[in-house]
Amino acid sequence: MSILVHHEPGRLPSLAAQPEHSPASPLSIHDMTVAYQRKPVLWDVDYTAPDRRLIAIVGPNGAGKSTLIKACLGLVPMASGAVEIYGRPVARQRRLIGYVPQRGSVDWDFPVSALEVVAMGRYGMLGWCRPVSRRHKEAARACLAKVGMEDFADRQISQLSGGQQQRVFLARALAQEAQLYFMDEPFAGVDAATERAIVDVLRQLKQDGRTVICVHHDLQTVAEYFDELMLLNMRVVAAGPVSEVFTADNLRRTYGGRLALLDEAAGALRFATRTA
Amino acid sequence: MSTLVPTAFDWPSWAELLRVLSLSAGFNTTVVQIGVTLLGIAAGVVGTFAVLRKRALMGDALSHAALPGIAIAFLVAVAFGGEGRSTPVLLTGAAVSGVIGVLIIQGLVRHTRLPEDAAIGAVLSVFFGAGFVILSFIQTLGTGDQGGIGKFIYGQTAAMSLGDALVIGAVAAFVTLAATLLFKEFRLVCFDQEFAGTQGWSISLIDLLMMALVVAVTVVGLRAVGLILVVALIIIPAAAARFWTERLSVMTALAAVIGGASGYLGASASALFPRFPAGAIIVLVAGALFLVSLLLAPARGVLAAAVRQARLRVEVSSQHVLRAMYEALESGRVDDRGGVDLAGLRRARSWSNLALALVLRWLAWRGRIRLSAARAELTNLGRSEALRVTRNHRLWEQFLVAHADIAPSHVDHSADLVEHVLSPDMVAELERQLAASGRLPRYLGVPASVHELSPAAG
Repeated sequence: MSILVHHEPGRLPSLAAQPEHSPASPLSIHDMTVAYQRKPVLWDVDYTAPDRRLIAIVGPNGAGKSTLIKACLGLVPMASGAVEIYGRPVARQRRLIGYVPQRGSVDWDFPVSALEVVAMGRYGMLGWCRPVSRRHKEAARACLAKVGMEDFADRQISQLSGGQQQRVFLARALAQEAQLYFMDEPFAGVDAATERAIVDVLRQLKQDGRTVICVHHDLQTVAEYFDELMLLNMRVVAAGPVSEVFTADNLRRTYGGRLALLDEAAGALRFATRTA
Repeated sequence: MSTLVPTAFDWPSWAELLRVLSLSAGFNTTVVQIGVTLLGIAAGVVGTFAVLRKRALMGDALSHAALPGIAIAFLVAVAFGGEGRSTPVLLTGAAVSGVIGVLIIQGLVRHTRLPEDAAIGAVLSVFFGAGFVILSFIQTLGTGDQGGIGKFIYGQTAAMSLGDALVIGAVAAFVTLAATLLFKEFRLVCFDQEFAGTQGWSISLIDLLMMALVVAVTVVGLRAVGLILVVALIIIPAAAARFWTERLSVMTALAAVIGGASGYLGASASALFPRFPAGAIIVLVAGALFLVSLLLAPARGVLAAAVRQARLRVEVSSQHVLRAMYEALESGRVDDRGGVDLAGLRRARSWSNLALALVLRWLAWRGRIRLSAARAELTNLGRSEALRVTRNHRLWEQFLVAHADIAPSHVDHSADLVEHVLSPDMVAELERQLAASGRLPRYLGVPASVHELSPAAG
């Protein structure tokens, strides 16, 4: 069963027009450099994402993980470089992209219900001044159900727990019916039930042929949840299948002299090799 | 002209009050009342989005930055031999310099490290100062018709003409229509502008449209309320409306109602008390409605929160008393008719005499206990509730000892915090877990306490 709500063919022209098996990579980054106030945050990033994989971006604080995602989405200007989504510029592929921002990036006291937030995922399919139709509302409700939140549809979002808020954001991304998903730390500070719900959604997305690129902070779970790994610290330190990239040497090069993190990484590695 | 300080305070008669409130106090007064009401409605609608976009102070900057534009427009009109006080000319000047001020603020924020509040403060005061200097220069010209433009600072509500009111009405209709059409876009950008960006919406275009609505309302409001206070009509109704609802559509409508009511009541009051500045009275009425909302709103209001807190405290205290009485009964520290000595009860916990007395009366009133001067006795109803409360407490204690590694001597207090919020589902889960670890007593009563009971009634 597909996790996404399907519509009659032809109702969503740009999705229907996009071939299911696009020859181009979901995301290719060429020589990306990003600077804030003349201080470089990302330096010469080159990366080509494999299709239909769950990809983790891992690196220390300030490594530019969120910035990388935002630059790919066109939210942050690049000093140089180019980004292609399925072979074309981002601005022309908006409808193929889904996004889960960091939970802390919005004001959760905003007067809006969980269902209304999820329905925002459909706004990209609507034109200017077009209200959200019943059909889109039902699609949004179905996406809330996919993350186990159907009973909270009419709740004001401040009355949800942190994990439930994260699931609302995930449901909103599902409502976008995208091919390529960018997620910024979806697992940060969530409860066990939410973590399971997110993992289930990720696996279902992969099964449906989607690609997910996820900023991740927990080295313990990298090998369990993801297929591919990009180690980032201003530059791409290493990228490829988790089994090849997730090595003590690469982690040391990514985290540098940060001893505490190195210990954590070594522990995670022992954990990963034991369970794998 | 009368002075600002009233020499005699004339209280209006009831008949006069009724006449004004029923819009029959003469053509001019009615025009002002309707015009200001429409202004309040438009300001409420626009203010909802300005407040939620956290751009409310931008409206303040806009209105202050309008002053030099008004003065320069006056000079230009006079230089070309026109009528300097022509409203369209002055309002055009106001809009142009207001928008320039806002653009400078946005440029400063984007291209320097200056924080937004500092940029707003600097630009607002520089523009306002420049406006004042040009105004004084105009005073020295002696062109004779400069009288109209000083009124923009404090507003001159009573001078509103039918034409002014019609312009305000048109702006109100336009603003309401635009906010309805762009409701989805405004909501999206106010809530999550990054997400809007990933969908390809032009955030700067949506912001520009929103700002245009603020400009329109501010500019037509300048003459009525004055540039110092017009921002209040934009912020206060929206802020007041937020207290009553969690829905954006309702909040927008409510802000329009509160803004309109402030305008109507304020204009009526100033018709009754012509000595007071009307703009200030309108804003004070809005402030009063804000205060009412702050205090009385059912979910977010201050009083409702205080009542909820008090109710929880009473609930927790009554459960403590019921448990203390149950434990006295359990350990046989009761008199021959099953009553508990109040002095002993008081020693069982560190509650104050007053708090205990209040809680006991509350329990007696709710039929949980029979109360006399020195003793209290559980009723049948009270006994079953005391049993449930004590059972929840002990179950939770057992759980903490079994699964959270808390020493039995410390568990009493930790349990106190949680047991009052245990739902039936959670109690069932506790029972299941304790049964699995063999700690649940076979009988369905109350498990034994894991610690010594404090000496209660003797």
